[in-house]
Amino acid sequence: MPELNTSSLPDLIFSILFFFMIVTSMREQEVKVQVELPRGTELTKLERKSAITNIYIGTPMNNKESQEAGIQLNDRQLSRREVNNLKAYIVEEKERLGNKAAKMKVALKIDNNIDMGLLSDVKMQLRKAYALQIVYSANEEKANR
Amino acid sequence: MGKSKRKVPGINASSTADISFILLIFFLVVTSMNSNFGLPVMLPNPPEEKDLQDPPELHERNIMKVYVNMDNEIMVTPGKEAPERYKVEDLSQLRELAKEFIVANTPAGSMNDKYPEAKNKLDTVSYVNEAGVEFFYPAPHSNIVQNNKHVITLQTDRATKYEVYFKVQEALYGAYNDLRAEFAKDVYGDKVLTEDEQELCRRRFVNMISEAQPIEIGKRK
Repeated sequence: MPELNTSSLPDLIFSILFFFMIVTSMREQEVKVQVELPRGTELTKLERKSAITNIYIGTPMNNKESQEAGIQLNDRQLSRREVNNLKAYIVEEKERLGNKAAKMKVALKIDNNIDMGLLSDVKMQLRKAYALQIVYSANEEKANR
Repeated sequence: MGKSKRKVPGINASSTADISFILLIFFLVVTSMNSNFGLPVMLPNPPEEKDLQDPPELHERNIMKVYVNMDNEIMVTPGKEAPERYKVEDLSQLRELAKEFIVANTPAGSMNDKYPEAKNKLDTVSYVNEAGVEFFYPAPHSNIVQNNKHVITLQTDRATKYEVYFKVQEALYGAYNDLRAEFAKDVYGDKVLTEDEQELCRRRFVNMISEAQPIEIGKRK
């Protein structure tokens, strides 16, 4: 009985491996604020990953004693008092996106315990930067009906 | 004893496949597809640039007001002839109230047959009420909105927890989603909907959630 030639099997598997390595995204940025996302059932899946900018709002990890909330956009970190600087960063980010700027979406990853005051300040900054499409990120919870 | 006669022993490569399989599985486990889920919201233009539009004229019974105070308690004024404010204990109750309200204010057949073919997304505009509080509102210029004479306003305190706000938003979104699902079931039965049919269900119950700027009632000590 002729033996099956398996010598190309490793190459095959390697190409699958490379495919996955390219397609799946490693976390590009280090998250420096701790965020516990709310859970929800009525969520929409976001497409077009490349046009999504993440803004994290939560407790800064490097400074846990202070209960003050921190904001992170890419690798920049802001404290609550510096929220007015956010606009410039968003505008910068928008410029970086180039022709995708019109499709820019901002995913707000906000900790459960953040107060609405801060969120409303952040939203005002987003409006001033004309980044009007936002998404409240959440973890999916299976609906039990 | 010539060099040509010496045979190089082949490396047994049969386990390479297993090794690469293990690598593959490792990558599958470690990298997250990291699918993003969330509630999409459209913000209005910045306040100083808004073209001063009159707030949409709505009768009191066509407005459902939802407040969340600094202690994260939810109060609702469901649009009834005699508006009264009462406290909502849990979110499923809020969802049911919202559904009731939306059904009562969305006349059947308001846009079943003639919905605009353009799939324009709803813009959001803002206006300021007499009390100086800014409201976000789906843009009244689109004819989708003009057929829907109702609005759900949501207002929180600056000290309200985000989690509660999110859950309230979700309950309101959920109310619309439930109604669309029911509508779809009535009209199409159990079949899988095409994109156009989905759009039609969406237009049957258009999301009319308006948002007010959080207010500051008092500082918590």
